[in-house]
Parts: sequence; C-alpha cells; structure tokens
Amino acid sequence: MANIIEMPKLSDTMTVGTLIKWLKKEGDAVKAGDMLAEVETDKATMELESFFDGTLLKIFAAAGSQVALGAALCAIGKPGEKVEAPAATPAPTAAAPATAAPAPVAVAPAAPVAAPTPVAAPVPTAGERIKISPLAKKLAAEKKIDPARVTGSGPGGRIVRADILAAEKNPPAAKAGGTFSGGALAPKGPVQEERLVPVSTMRGVIAKRMLESTTQIPYVYLDIEMDAAPLLALREQLNTGLEKEGVKLSVNDFILKASAEALRRVPAVNCSWEGTHIRHHGAAHVAFAVAMEDGLITPVIRDAHLKSIFQISTEAKSLGKKAKEKKLVPAEFTGGTFCVSNLGMMGIPKFTAIINPPNAAILAIGTTVTKPVVKNGQIVVGQTLTVTLSCDHRVFDGAVGARYLGALKTLLESPALLLV
Amino acid sequence: MSKKPTATAEKKSAPTAPAHDPALAAINARLSRDEKIELHRKMVRIRRFEERSLRAYQAKKIGGFLHLYIGQEAVAVGCCSLMGKHDHVITAYRDHGHAMAVGMDTKPLMAELYGKATGCSKGKGGSMHYFDPTRNYWGGHGIVGGQIPLGVGLAYGVKYQGNKGAAMAFMGDGAVNQGAVHEAYNLASLWQLPVIFVIENNGYSMGTSQERSSAGALAKRAEGYDMAWGVCDGHDVYEVRATMDHFLRLAREESKPAVVEIRTYRYRGHSVADPDNTYRSKQEIEEYRRTKDPIQVFQNRLVAERVLDEALIEKIDTEARAEADAAADFSEASPYPTPDDIQKDVYWEADNPSERKSEGRLFFD
Amino acid sequence: MPQFTYREAIRHALAEELARDKNVVVMGEEVAQFNGAYKVTEGLLAKFGPSRVVDTPISEAGFIGMGIGASMLGVRPVMELMFWSFYSVAFDQILNNAANVRYMSGGQINCPIVIRGPANGGTNVGATHSHTPENVLANHPGVKVVVPSTAYDAKGLLKSAIRDNDPVFFLENTMLYGEKGEIPEAEYLIPLGKADVKREGTDLTIVTYGRCVLHSLAAAAILEKEHDVSVEVVDLRSIRPLDIDTVLKSVAKTHRVLIVEEQKPFASVGSQLAYMIQREAFDELDGPIHRLATIDAPAIYSPPVETEQLPNPQRVLKAALAAVA
Repeated sequence: MANIIEMPKLSDTMTVGTLIKWLKKEGDAVKAGDMLAEVETDKATMELESFFDGTLLKIFAAAGSQVALGAALCAIGKPGEKVEAPAATPAPTAAAPATAAPAPVAVAPAAPVAAPTPVAAPVPTAGERIKISPLAKKLAAEKKIDPARVTGSGPGGRIVRADILAAEKNPPAAKAGGTFSGGALAPKGPVQEERLVPVSTMRGVIAKRMLESTTQIPYVYLDIEMDAAPLLALREQLNTGLEKEGVKLSVNDFILKASAEALRRVPAVNCSWEGTHIRHHGAAHVAFAVAMEDGLITPVIRDAHLKSIFQISTEAKSLGKKAKEKKLVPAEFTGGTFCVSNLGMMGIPKFTAIINPPNAAILAIGTTVTKPVVKNGQIVVGQTLTVTLSCDHRVFDGAVGARYLGALKTLLESPALLLV
Repeated sequence: MSKKPTATAEKKSAPTAPAHDPALAAINARLSRDEKIELHRKMVRIRRFEERSLRAYQAKKIGGFLHLYIGQEAVAVGCCSLMGKHDHVITAYRDHGHAMAVGMDTKPLMAELYGKATGCSKGKGGSMHYFDPTRNYWGGHGIVGGQIPLGVGLAYGVKYQGNKGAAMAFMGDGAVNQGAVHEAYNLASLWQLPVIFVIENNGYSMGTSQERSSAGALAKRAEGYDMAWGVCDGHDVYEVRATMDHFLRLAREESKPAVVEIRTYRYRGHSVADPDNTYRSKQEIEEYRRTKDPIQVFQNRLVAERVLDEALIEKIDTEARAEADAAADFSEASPYPTPDDIQKDVYWEADNPSERKSEGRLFFD
Repeated sequence: MPQFTYREAIRHALAEELARDKNVVVMGEEVAQFNGAYKVTEGLLAKFGPSRVVDTPISEAGFIGMGIGASMLGVRPVMELMFWSFYSVAFDQILNNAANVRYMSGGQINCPIVIRGPANGGTNVGATHSHTPENVLANHPGVKVVVPSTAYDAKGLLKSAIRDNDPVFFLENTMLYGEKGEIPEAEYLIPLGKADVKREGTDLTIVTYGRCVLHSLAAAAILEKEHDVSVEVVDLRSIRPLDIDTVLKSVAKTHRVLIVEEQKPFASVGSQLAYMIQREAFDELDGPIHRLATIDAPAIYSPPVETEQLPNPQRVLKAALAAVA
C-alpha cells in the first residue's frame, strides 16, 4: 500500500505550512532521504524529506497551497499503484495561481510558546476559505478578479462589494506592472505601486506574537549607558591580531558573550513565566534577531554561557547566513532563553525591544556614540553605548534588571573578562 | 359504572320535557308511514355505514381516528329529522351520524374516510371533519367544545339575517366542562339567540365516566344562565323528536336558547383504536344492546304499529349493507388527492385567482 | 389633503364599510356604548345602532367563535380585541376554527371575518398586555395578517380586509392611534400584500412594519445627516400575504439588509424574512442580514427600560451602522 506523506510539524508553533515548491514530480523515483519539497512554516522554509523508497505516485497539494498539519501532501508507493487522498485528513486548499501569493493568511492561532506540544487548532486553516460576501463573490467572478488578491475591509476581514470595486479600479501588479516603470529615476509618481499584499505566514506569526507580548506582559524598561571605548579597543586589537586567521569579531559577538556571562551572574533574568510557576533555565541559550526581507527570525546560540567569544562569533555568522536564506531548521531557532536585538549597525542610539515569549527579557543594543563625557572630572571625547533591557515584571523586578545591566556594564567596560 | 338503562326517572327533573308518551306528541303523531320507515331506514343506514367503515379501518384503508356513532343513531336522526330551511347543525368529531341524518350521501362520506379526492371534504378533513353547508351542516369539529361558539354564531347569523330558524349545537358529555361552552351559553342567553345546545350524553368522555368528570346535572347548568333545559331518552327516536321539537319551536318562534341533554350510549370505543375495557364492562354494553338499542326499539315500535314487517326490515337492512359496500367500492376506486391539491382550499382568494384583490405571496416554502 | 389620526382613519374605514354593506357588524368589548376602550369606534353606535355595533361580554373565546360561526353564514363581523394579547384565550377559535374551516371542508365554507385591535408594547402594561402575535398568526395558512403603520394605510387596508373573503387579522398599535396623516377625501382601498417604500435610499434596506416604520424613518434621517448612509425603508404593511418582491427589489439596490420588528426574536416575522432574502437574493447580499427585535424577554413594566427593550430610533441607528459595516 502506498505511503501517504502528510504535512509534518516542522516548528513548535506551526499549524499550517505553505507548499512552496515540489522538488520531485509525479512519477519520479524517490529514495528515503530525498528531498521532496520545500515547505514554508511560520518560521522558515524547510525541506520535506522522504522516509520511503518508491515512486512519487500522486501529489495532493499543489505548489502555493497552504496545507494543514497532518493533511496529505503526496503518496509514495509502487509504480502504477492507485491512490486517493485519504478522506479523513483535511483536504489541502486549491492551489493559488502560480504567481500569486497564498490567500490572505488567517494565521493559525499560535499555541502558547511555552507549551511543548501545541494543540492543533480547530479553526479553519489559513487559506482554506476566503471570507467574501455573496455579492462580492458574484462581482469578483463577473469582473474576473481573484478574491485571493483582495483584502477584505468588512467585519472579520470579509471581502465586500466595495473591496472588489476598489480592486477593479486598482488592478494588482501583474496587470499594471508596465505602468510603474519609473523606479529610482522617476522623480514623481507614487511612492510605490498601490496593492494589497497577503500577510505572509511569518508576518502573521510576528504580528501575533508581538501583540501577545505587548498585551500580556507588564513591561519595565531599563537603560544603561556604558563606556564603549575599552570594548572597541579590545575588538580592534583582537581583529588586527587574528586577521590572518580570518577572524573578525563584531561588537555584537562581545555583547552576546557578555549577555550570557551576565545571565550567569544574575540568573533571575534567565527565566520564563509559566502561569503558576516560573521556570529557571539552567543554560543560557541566547537568541539574536536577524532581519530578513519580510520579517525577522531569532536563531539561538545554545549554551552561550559555555562558549568562547570565538565560538559564539563563528556560530552567529553561520546562523545569520542560514537565516537570511531561510534555511534554519527548527532546532536552530527555537528554545532561546534570552534575546539580543541590535540596531546599532543602523545608527539607532537607543530603542526598546519587544520580548519574545516565553523569554523574560530582551536586550536592545544601540550604536556606539562618540560624544563628550566626563572622565576624572574632565570633559573628554568618549565613546558610549546605550543598552535597554525590556523586562517581564511578572518574572523579576526592576532591581533585578538593574543588577543584570550592572553586571553587563562591568563585563563590557572590562571586556578582557570575556576572554578568560 | 352501572348505568341503569332506564331514563324515565330523570325525566321528572326536566321541567320542560313533554310529559306524555312521545309517540303521541303531535310531531310524531302526524308522521306518515313512509316518514316513519325513513327514520328507521336512516338509523339502519348509519349503522351499516359505520360497521363497513370499521371493516375498512381494520383493513388499513382509513387513517387516524374513527369515532363511531353506533348506539347513538336515534339522536342525530331524531334531531335532524326536524330541520327546516333555516335550521342548522354543527357537531363535534363523532359526526358521521349527523352527516347522514342531514342527508349527505354515503359515497363521499366513505371516500372522505379513505382520504380520497371524491370525499366530502376532498380528503382534507377526514372522519372528524365532515361538512355540507348546502344542507346546513357545518361540521364536524375536532376540538372538544370548540364548535359550540360557532353554533352560537350560526344562531346569530340566522337572527341577524332575519330568518326564522335555529341552530343545533351538538356536543358530548365531556364538552360541558370546556370554558368555550360556558361562554357560548352566556352569549346565547344574553342575546337570546336561537340555539339549542344538545348534549349527547353517552356516559363517558373518552374513558372517564360522567361521575368522574362532571359535577352536578349536565343540562341543569343552563339554569345558571337563565336558559330553558331538558333531558330525554336518546334511545327512542320518538322521544328525541318530541323533546327537540319543543325546544326548536321556542328557538324559532321566540328566539330562545336551551340546553337539552339526550341520554344515549355508544357501543364502540371512544375511537375504534381505543381500548374499551378499562372503564366499563362487556356486560354493560351487552345490556344496552339487548334492551335499549335505538334501532331495535324503534323497529319493535314500528312492527307494533304495523309499519314494518319482516320482509321490509330485511329489505331495508340488505339495501343499507349494499349501500355501505357500494360506498366502500366507490372509495376504493376513487383517486387520492394529489400533492398539487395540498395548497388548494386554503384561501378563497388563491382558489379564485381572477377575483383576487390582494397581492404578494400567500404561500411559503 | 385633510389630516386624520390613525384612530380616526380606522373609525372612518369601519363607518364606510358599515354603510356600504349591511352584513358588516362591529363587535367587541366596549365598542358600542363605551365608544371603544381606545375610542376607535366612537360614535358608531349612535350612527349605526345596536344591531350593527355590538358590545360583547368579556368572553373572547365565546364572541370570537360566535363571529366565526356567523361569518360562515355570510355575516361579515369585524371583531375588536381590546388587546391582541387576549388572542390567547380565543386561540382555538382563531387558529383552529377560522384558519382551518375552509380547508377542512374542502373549500365549501368561507370565513370572512376581521379581527382587529392593538398589538404592541411600549405602554407599560406589562407582559400580559404587550404581545405582538403577528408571527404566531401568520404561521397558520388560511389567515391573513395586516399591520399598518400610518393612518392612510390603516384606512385603506382595513376596508380591503373587511371585503376580503378570508379571515383577516388586523393588528393596530395604541402608540399610533394619535399619529396623524394625510387622508384623501375620496374613497380608496389598499390591497393586502402590497409593501410600501416609505423612504428611498441606496446603502441599506430596512425592512419593517408597524410602529417600527416610524423608528426606522427617524433613524434613517440621522443616518443620512450624520453618517452619510442612505437608507431605504420598506414598510411591509401586510405580513401574509407578503410582498417579498418589493423587499427583494430593494435588496438588489442596496445589498444590505436590516430587519426591524417589534417581535421577540425567536421564529419571528424577521426570521422568515431573513430566510427568504438569503434564499432569493443571496448573490445580492454584501453582508449578513441583520435584525433588530425586541430584547428577548417578557415585556418589562419599568417605563424607561421598556423603551429600551423595544426597537427605538437609537437602537435602529446602532443596528443600521452594524449592518452597513
């Protein structure tokens, strides 16, 4: 009997995956370990691996479609074997046209991150059904407008007549592409092509998680300014000395290392709120935010408290690259206990970051600023760095956060400590 | 209950009932031979018709309820034999006897039981809902006592239209405790409407005896409404006629309402589907059959009067059986109404589209 | 055109029909000597005499049943229920006898009766006197149900009802008796089963009847002025027969529907309308059908709260905004 390959659970919060691309086609021979397809989860694009030898008999989910966890994707069996999509599993959605993004995503409610195995959500999975009024549906058919490209303005995102009429007036990219050719040289014209872009799985997850964080966590924000001169000096010294080895340490590498060390000194920050309990983590798995084209992801340096700055640096570079290529596997972006977000390289002096639950804190790193400082009673040119700790006040209080920042300041103002 | 098959004792308490032998009452004394035979024939025809309908019921030709009148024939025949042009009849669900008594043909009556399109109500009413307004017969009503205010309305109509007539509103002994009946009594007396409330007291409201359901004497309740009342023996068609003639005259001539209780007895269950052994004994039924059967009583009388003889009795009976069989055959051969007929006869306007004045939808799906 | 109250309009309809047809009889509690509990029948006794305008005892089952029986003989009784709420004590007469007698007799018997009286809340008379049974009545094939909202409609519809050969239940409103409207001097009839667009609009159809027409028109004025929402108000006037075509035509124009009714919500007239609209105008709907009904509880006595229990212009306004969202 043919083996039915179902949408696998590829991340902790995933309830639906987008079948990006089939790497095999019907009739292809498949060996266990072969990659069958690319699947975009709420976190990353992943490869779907075959566990069976045989022939890819039937593809149930077309490229571009969103598929609920556990729904059939394809069947692998002996050549010529007959298969049908198992009725019991949720049917995949009809494929959106190849060029079109998937239907507006109702991001499946993310299970609480703290829960190790989120319960499959019974709600209609993303893309299964477009909410559209009967009249709008009829109009869309008459005007040959794909409702999947239209964002509804009605209650609950329902597409109503006005949305179809607006879509008719402002056709989406494919139709009007040629008219927006000005690019950077065109001094006038719209700032961008007016269009409705479906919320991607990642955007949806970010939106949901950030909203949960800001609405459920009582925040305390603590700033601390530190003297960055010793850090910058040490970094320059090490990079110069190790240039031939191909090592180039970033300020961020030091900060990652220092934040892990500081967690060891003030472990109350390395905790998670679990309702009736507070989980104290033994290891400092430090995540760091990586910007991507359509969002961000936070790869994790596991056991950062045990790793040298060189190990951390190497690992961070590798993870950052994979993240940008959407090649991270779940183990690489889940399980962090603390997070660092750095906008210093973009010239931001100081900002507050939103905690990624179930972390209890996130550290926001600004840029190093050259400015007058008072040193030994003298105004001199100094280099400062301001970091901001966002704290979950349910887990620890301001004074704990202050102690953490104090420890961090001590480490970063005496960075040699990080090398021992 | 052991109901004594004697009715004469009660007559003493009926202040307005005729005192002498009812056969001698003018209304009976002037009956011709043929008229007497016709009274007898009607009772026999009703009985044979109902016996035939019971057979059809048991053969699953008839649905629902079948409330048989067997044993009570003298009441309907006696009362309806007195009807003039402006007299009207309305009754409850034990309505086959009255329908035949006012002259309805047995074929459409039986066909109605069979649920056929040729039925008197086109198969839409069934056993409990026989009507023939051309014979001043206004049904045939299913809810105990619910027809009595309508009977008052018929009397009101007669009076309003300036006619000399009366309405006979029949009910069973169980109906006397319904509020609508009392409201009707009050209106009839208050407005002096020509209506006679006829209580066909067969002793049982379904399976509950009179003693177990009604306080006091039934007809006597009329006194509370300042109405005349009477009681008579419903086993004797002469007595029914004599008593009712008296009250009908009062109604027609003086527009006076009255309550008349007619003592009678049914041999069959409340409906043929209802068990008959919880509230009365077989012996009781047999006693009535043997001594009080209205057909037998009247037949004996007519034999004594030399109106009937064996041959004629036999002939009448044979013809009645043949008529009932013919009605059953007719019913059997008749078509059922069609689903298209379901929504006919609901609104006058829908059935008379060329005269329709209203607009919009009358029916919904 | 002369102005008359809703009460006078009904009285004039009764008087005209009494004069036109000697079979017409007006009956009810306090309709004659007392001149009517709500003075609708004032002066009719003096004009037409006691055989045409008849006081009945408080005995609804009795006198309604009597009227039904008389109508079978061709009398055309116009029976007043002091409140339609009292229909419950005459339920068997109204809905077993009047509604069914034509059918059960295979079309042999007609019942040209009119039963009329007020059916409304809002007068602080409590749950027993505030029923609006138009849905219950209209649930019975064989009957016709009319609920006029204006003096003009009340007169034209009542005259048609009295001439109708089927039983017609005519539901008035004590809160409307004093409302004035223009009535032509010449005789006119309004056919049953014909809705009336009381206000034209493009953005939302309010389907309503009875006093809720007035609330809806008040709300529509505010919606136009303050919210730039153009409301079309369709007054059904008659519940059965029902002019669904006028409703569907309006829905095809506005694509949004709000039903406003002084009805308890469960299985109300609006429930039936909503079913029919979605069934027959599904592709015209740009949003779900909304409904504003009486808040689902027996009528509360407390005067200021009863106003809130019933549809009122503010509640209609709020519901209308939700319906166009």
